Amino acid sequence: MSTSGTLSTALRVLSQLRRDHRTVALIVVVPSVLLTLLRFLFDGQQATFDRIAPPMLGLIPFFTMFIVTSVAMLRERTSGTLERLMSTPIAKIDLIVGYAMAFGVAALLQVGVASTITFGFLGAPSNHLVVFLGLAGLSALLGMALGLFASAFANSEFQAVQFMPAFVLPQLLVCGLFVPRALMVGWLEALSNVFPLTYTYDALELVSTRQTVPGQVGRDAIVLVGFLVAALILGAATLRRRTD
Amino acid sequence: MPLSTEGPVIEASHLKVVRGGTTVLPDLSFSVAAGSVTGLLGPSGSGKSTLIRAIVGVQHIAGGEINVLGGPAGRPEVRGRVGYVTQDASVYEDLTVRENLRYFQRIAGSPRDAVEEVIEVVGLADFGNRVVGRLSGGQRSRVSLAAALVGKPDVLVLDEPTVGLDPVLRVELWSTFHRLAESGVTLMVSSHVMDEADECQRLLLMRDGHLVADTTPTGLRDSTGEADLGRAFLRLITHEEAA
Repeated sequence: MSTSGTLSTALRVLSQLRRDHRTVALIVVVPSVLLTLLRFLFDGQQATFDRIAPPMLGLIPFFTMFIVTSVAMLRERTSGTLERLMSTPIAKIDLIVGYAMAFGVAALLQVGVASTITFGFLGAPSNHLVVFLGLAGLSALLGMALGLFASAFANSEFQAVQFMPAFVLPQLLVCGLFVPRALMVGWLEALSNVFPLTYTYDALELVSTRQTVPGQVGRDAIVLVGFLVAALILGAATLRRRTD
Repeated sequence: MPLSTEGPVIEASHLKVVRGGTTVLPDLSFSVAAGSVTGLLGPSGSGKSTLIRAIVGVQHIAGGEINVLGGPAGRPEVRGRVGYVTQDASVYEDLTVRENLRYFQRIAGSPRDAVEEVIEVVGLADFGNRVVGRLSGGQRSRVSLAAALVGKPDVLVLDEPTVGLDPVLRVELWSTFHRLAESGVTLMVSSHVMDEADECQRLLLMRDGHLVADTTPTGLRDSTGEADLGRAFLRLITHEEAA
C-alpha cells in the first residue's frame, strides 16, 4: 500500500464528484428533505418521529454509498480505466482505500447536513452524538464495501441500480424498523440475523433512545466491523489484475 | 529480479492463452529488441489484443512464458516501466486532460513536469483544462496515449492507436512514435491496417492466433514479390494455406 496511490485516487474521485454538481446536490440535500417529510408525516406525534428519525438518518449513508460505489466501480470496469490501472504500479488496496476516503468525505457532508437539520431543527433528541456519528460512518463504509462487491456482478448501470431493491430493500424491511424483530415469523427473524443492516439499525436505535449506551451497541459494532472486513475482502477479490 | 537493459525487451516462448474456453493463442514465440518499433498486424480477431494484454500483464496465461525487461510480464517492478494504450480511450471522461494526466503521473511516480511535457507531445497544449468528455474522438485517443506516456515508460504497447483518426493525425502520431523509439523507448503497435506496416522496422503478422511471419516491410515485399503490403500479406496467407 502506498499513501501516494491512495491519496491521488481519493483526490481523483473527489474531482470527479466535484464536477458532478447534481450528484453532490442529491447526496447532500435528499436525506434532509426526506427527514423533514417524515417530521411532518408524524406531525403531532413527536415521540414516534424521535424514535424513527435518528436510525433512518444513520441508515441513509449506507444506501447512498452502496449505489454511488457500485455505479462508480462499474464505470471504472466498463470504461477500460480499471484495466489501465491494473497495468500500472497501483495496488488494489490503494484503489479501494482511495475510493473509501473520497466517498467518506461525501458521506460526512451528507450526515453533517442531515444531522444539523434533524437534531437542530426537527427536534429529534441527539443522544450520544459521537457514538451515533461513528455508527453512521460505519454504515457508510459498509454500504461502500458491499457496493464494490455488487459492482462485479453488474454488466450495466441498469443492473447496478436494480441491486438496490434486490439486495438492500429486503434488509431494510426486516431490520426491525417497520416491525420489531421479536414479532416476526421465525424464519424472517432468522433471515434478519444474517443481514448487516439489522445490526446497524439495532445499534443506531439503542444509541438514540437510551440514556446510557448499552453493551449491545458494542457487540453490534463488532459484528458490523466483521461484515465490513468480509465485504472488503470479497470486493477486493473481484478486482482482478489479470482477467480472461 | 533486476530490470535487465540487455537482451530482448519483450520475449514470448510457447505462450498459450485461453479466453472463455477458446484457445486464442495456442503457441506463440518471438522476441523484440530495445528501441524499435514493432508492428503487430493481422485481421480483427487474430489475437493481437490478447497478446498485448499478456505483455502488459492483465491477461491470464494458460501456458508458456511472456517476459518483459528480463522477467515475467506484469510483475510489480515492471508495471511502472510499461505504458499501455488500450483500443478505446481509457481515461476519465468527467475530468480535464490535465487532471487525468496528473492522476496517472502520480500513480506511475514519474516527475511532475511530465504532465506538461506529454500534453505538448500529443499536441493538446490548448486543451489542457478541457473536460475529456467534451473533446473529439481523435483528441480523446491522444489523451489516452498521453496517459501512458506520462509514466515515462521504457516499453510502450499500443492497441490500434490510429483507428478512427484522420490521416493528418495519423502521420503526426507515427512521427511521435518514431521520436520515442529514437529516444530508446521500445514500441509495439497493433493495427489491422496494412498500410501502417511501412512505419514499422519489424513486422509480426498474425492470423488465428499464430505468427504467420516475423519479418520487415522490405522482407515481406521481397518474399512475396508484391509492392503493396496489404496484398503481400494476403499472398502470404494464401501461400500458407496452399502449403
